[in-house]
Amino acid sequence: NEQLAIPQLRQSSYRHETPPTNPSRRCLHLGYFGGKRLHKISWSAPKPSPLTRSAPMAKLAIFFTLTLSLLPFLSHSFSPDTPTDRRILVLLDDFSLKSSHSIFFTSLKSRGFDLDFKLADDPKLSLQRYGQYLYDGLILFAPSVERFGGALDVAAVLDFVDSGHDLIVAADTTASDLIKSVATECGVDFDEDPSAMVIDHQGYAVSDVDGDHTLIAADELIRSDVILGKTKIEAPVLFKGIAHSLNAANTLALKVLSGSPSAYSANPSAKLSSPPSLTGSAISLVSVVQARNNARIMISGSLDLFSNRYMKSSVQKAGSPSKYEKSGNEQFVTEVSKWLFHERGHLKAGNLRHLKVGETGEPAMYRIKDDLEFYVDIFEWSGNSWEPYVADDVQVQFYMMSPYVLKTLSTDKKGLYHTSFKVPDVYGVFQFKVEYQKLGYTSLSLSKQIPVRPFRHNEYERFIPTAFPYYGASFTTIFFFYLFVFFLVIKTRFAGALQMAGFFIFSVVYLYNNRMVGRPPFSIL
Amino acid sequence: MASPESAVNGPTMTAGAASKSLRNAFGGVIAFIILVLIGVLAFSIRLFSVIKYESVIHEFDPYFNYRVTQFLSKNGIYDFWNWFDDRTWYPLGRVIGGTVYPGLTLTAGTIWKVVNSLNIPLSVETVCVFTAPIFSAFASWAAYLLTKEVKGPGAGLTAAALLAMVPSYISRSVAGSYDNEAVAIFALVFTFYLYIKTLNTGSLFYATLNALAYFYMVCSWGGYTFIINLIPMHVLLCIVTGRYSSRLYIAYAPLVVLGTLLASLVPVVGFNAVLTSEHFASFLVFIIIHVVALAYYIKGILSPKMFKVAVTLVVSAGLAVCCAVIAILIAVVASSPTKGWSGRSLTLLDPTYASKYIPIIASVSEHQPPTWPSYFMDINVLAFLVPAGIIACFMPLTDSSSFVILYIVTSVYFSGVMVRLMLVLAPAACILSGIALSEAFNVLTRSIKFQLPGIAGNPSIASEENGSSTVVAPNDIPKTEEAAKEKPAKKNRKKEKENVEKKPTPSKTEKRLLVLPLEASVIAVLLLVLLGAFYVVHCVWAAAEAYSAPSIVLTSHSNDGGLHVFDDFREAYSWLSHNTDVDDKVASWWDYGYQTTAMANRTVLVDNNTWNNTHIATVGTAMSSPEKQAWEIFHSLDVKYVLVVFGGVVGYPSDDINKFLWMVRIGGGVFPHIKEPDYLRDGQYRIDAQATPTMLNCLMYKLSYFRFVETDGKGFDRVRRTEIGKKHFKLTHFEEVFTTHHWMVRIYKLKPQRNRIRGKTKKSKSSRSVSSKRDVRGKRNPWH
Repeated sequence: NEQLAIPQLRQSSYRHETPPTNPSRRCLHLGYFGGKRLHKISWSAPKPSPLTRSAPMAKLAIFFTLTLSLLPFLSHSFSPDTPTDRRILVLLDDFSLKSSHSIFFTSLKSRGFDLDFKLADDPKLSLQRYGQYLYDGLILFAPSVERFGGALDVAAVLDFVDSGHDLIVAADTTASDLIKSVATECGVDFDEDPSAMVIDHQGYAVSDVDGDHTLIAADELIRSDVILGKTKIEAPVLFKGIAHSLNAANTLALKVLSGSPSAYSANPSAKLSSPPSLTGSAISLVSVVQARNNARIMISGSLDLFSNRYMKSSVQKAGSPSKYEKSGNEQFVTEVSKWLFHERGHLKAGNLRHLKVGETGEPAMYRIKDDLEFYVDIFEWSGNSWEPYVADDVQVQFYMMSPYVLKTLSTDKKGLYHTSFKVPDVYGVFQFKVEYQKLGYTSLSLSKQIPVRPFRHNEYERFIPTAFPYYGASFTTIFFFYLFVFFLVIKTRFAGALQMAGFFIFSVVYLYNNRMVGRPPFSIL
Repeated sequence: MASPESAVNGPTMTAGAASKSLRNAFGGVIAFIILVLIGVLAFSIRLFSVIKYESVIHEFDPYFNYRVTQFLSKNGIYDFWNWFDDRTWYPLGRVIGGTVYPGLTLTAGTIWKVVNSLNIPLSVETVCVFTAPIFSAFASWAAYLLTKEVKGPGAGLTAAALLAMVPSYISRSVAGSYDNEAVAIFALVFTFYLYIKTLNTGSLFYATLNALAYFYMVCSWGGYTFIINLIPMHVLLCIVTGRYSSRLYIAYAPLVVLGTLLASLVPVVGFNAVLTSEHFASFLVFIIIHVVALAYYIKGILSPKMFKVAVTLVVSAGLAVCCAVIAILIAVVASSPTKGWSGRSLTLLDPTYASKYIPIIASVSEHQPPTWPSYFMDINVLAFLVPAGIIACFMPLTDSSSFVILYIVTSVYFSGVMVRLMLVLAPAACILSGIALSEAFNVLTRSIKFQLPGIAGNPSIASEENGSSTVVAPNDIPKTEEAAKEKPAKKNRKKEKENVEKKPTPSKTEKRLLVLPLEASVIAVLLLVLLGAFYVVHCVWAAAEAYSAPSIVLTSHSNDGGLHVFDDFREAYSWLSHNTDVDDKVASWWDYGYQTTAMANRTVLVDNNTWNNTHIATVGTAMSSPEKQAWEIFHSLDVKYVLVVFGGVVGYPSDDINKFLWMVRIGGGVFPHIKEPDYLRDGQYRIDAQATPTMLNCLMYKLSYFRFVETDGKGFDRVRRTEIGKKHFKLTHFEEVFTTHHWMVRIYKLKPQRNRIRGKTKKSKSSRSVSSKRDVRGKRNPWH
């Protein structure tokens, strides 16, 4: 585990205000991003900067500095500056899909992706070479493949995801165990019955032939601008395929397109003998999963959803008067793929800073009741550049086993979030925690440890007004004690009395100056 | 041991002019040389640990003290005072400055500073290692002074020699055992000495010194409450037995006033010095002694008749005042939550208290009551000499000897409660044994001397007559056996008083002494010397073999006589310090907290300063829970690594499995879902096939026995002498990152949370094998 440095997101003025503090005090937890990704980034060395032309040692130093400063951005394994997948491997059952689904592929290409089409049972199939991944994304349009060719298997696909890459899986009625097990590993359970399809006798798409209502005009879309874009998808999405369900406890998976209340999953050609296992809105037609390392996965129960035929066809939902010239498929698929390949909803946060009010530089420790200011930078990837992320619901916790302070951060709309608060009257090892989990966005989990100490011995109030009677009592006692001794002594020896008087004055001054420091034990004297 | 007596016979009282003062000086020089030698002995007998092992800090608490001393020497006293330590008790932290007894640390820090300012470049560690031996030499000298005050220099030297090598004290003060007791025993004995000295002289100077010594004791050890209860007890005893004098008042009143003021300056004591019940006895006696002093004063100025009237008045008024004070005291005590007594003191008064109510106190091995053999082990022949010493103290019974009797009686009681307090008993036992031995030699050598024809003129006459007047004149050889006196010059002022009190007593003793037959005396002397020799042999053996092991390095002898060293603890701690991040948190049972912070410099959840029961219970609960719950508990506390100590491979008995029931008890005390019976099969604690499922699935079992079967194929635990119950299992939420050479320390890392949440479907066989294969490769951590 390397020491994670604090990221420097932009050339902000904070950098030179913040002298390097003790690294042991600074800590940045990045949630659950696996260790493997750290290696990856150190391989993909940053672009040479002008500085790298200096001496080799300096180069090395700069390399490490840059690498370290980039580490926190490992929420995506590719270059943190451009978190978009560039090379995508598309695995097909046969090459005819290449033309039958060309609209989807063309839209990807036009957004700058390199697509590499291969047959799913290609014996030379491999995702990585020499420990490095050759692709940034994987599209599995091969529902019926029983076994991948080459070095690829379920484990390799999941490793690919777990190292931060994105995945699209499309199944249909012919879905093999292989595809289903990939989906299961990602938290999506396809219907067990291999012959079952989604049937909806009310939400089917009106077509010329009155079929078995397996072609569905689905319009139960997730309400999220991040995933589906700002433009509302008006037309229903045509779907023909198999149903899957999500475990309710699975917080990572989302139903993007779910079945209508009247949908159910059964074999259309057989008679329904028992109640179907999957019914109504429990059925998910298309789901997305955002793994804890922010790799994104899309699982669709229908391969045809992506096809040119469905995209172009007109659609009318049964029982609905409105007929659309064009189905919502193209818009739906395009928008979801934009989200999937991190063109939307990808946040990065960093540069957690805090300082005591009125001071520059980050302290290594706070005292109870200190006033502090807290800053964090949050940016969103827009597809080609980092834009400030603007939201009013980002919160920071001042946390020790439970949040002692919970404050909503205000933003300057330039990516900088800020708040200030008073350290609670509790000492201990606290953390600044930013836990931001918003539907569709990458989850942010940053924390920074900071100890809070109690007052020092000389930081207490010097005199407490309510205690003046006690001070008075102490001094009176002292005074009369010396008076007593004075008279006791003067009876015998005058010089001694003088000494006593001098000692008395000295003692009072001394006590007054040194002993009445606020700490209770000292006020005794 | 016989040498001090013969050499240092006290100077005689009668004016013997030049030869006497010469003998005085000669005796003084010899005594001084003997004391120096005793100091050397006390120091060097404690060096076995350095010679046999190395110069390291021992055990657990010394590591904390060492760390604190390092901090002190690096940052200075003010930072030490205000030190908030964020590396222990995560995330609560600990205010070190306000919760430690700073005496030991300040002492060693001062020594280090002085030594370095003299350009002797000693490391802090070296100073810490040798602090205890140095102070045990001081303690021996203090014992000499104390016993000299009670029974004269002969007894003093014997006591000092005995204390220099008493095994009980050696066990806490070998080189490297850098703990509070190392300096506290010296402070204890020295405080008692000054008290006796004040009592004997009535000097305010010594009274002030006494308060300062008491202050040093308060700084050093929580055991100062022993002093502040024992001395009032003695004062009360003196008053009750009609021994009240102005000297007693001077010895006691300044101690209470100054001592309490000074004690409240120590941050860790603070207001406790006036608020907790441990100190109330001293205040009560303080009141009583004033009432008594007043009574004596009034008696002095009134005629006997008037006095009788006054007595009635005073007694009635005094009774009223006492009732009021007692009522107030009871009210104060009753209003405090623990009835004013802290748990540890309640343990002293009611030995069953802790085991009934406070498992965290009862679980500490040094808080257990001792067994009989440990008395023989720790004080050896002194146990037999102490009764003789008590008898010797009764003839004549003086203020000081009554104090020593009180000291031994109370310390015997306390040592019976807690094995740790055997340490308080040791000086008392040495002092009384010193008195006993010295008196016995006195009697026996005198018998020999008077009966040897060439030396004594007429033994039969001498034996019958009063020793002090007859024997002096004709002989050159020192022979008077009466109780020693200090040099008269200093004490002219008090001569009258002393004479009144002390004069009659020695002569009375002399009269009672009988001369034993010559043969019997010689044999008795020989037997006593033999007894002393056995004691020395035992002490050297104890110092060399029993008490020198630093407990962080263990050794064992193999069958062929070879030495095997187990250095697993340091191996594990250095692994932690080299392979983990500096801010990583390490969870372990609290025993290893101090060592982890000091040696590995990693943050720990709990440590040997058991100030927060809930936090310890949390760790105990995690250790007693199944893996998943334990993972959740640890994860919520930001723990990265879990450290367990396991002795099953090499047969190291004080490992975590043997301590585990305490974790269950302490955990269950706060979190009731942990129930001790779940871990016991028919009331028996076992880890074999008969163990309960709860036991076999708890984290501690799994972390201890993970892969254990790979060592010998059977999973035979050499500590529990049984085959373990569950041999083949996998860890789901933890991964093993380091196991030391002899498997004594095992370190596990918490697996990160799974990247994806799997679907709920019962998996087909193929995909399960796939996932387990990935498990083996250790790339990811699928847990369910």
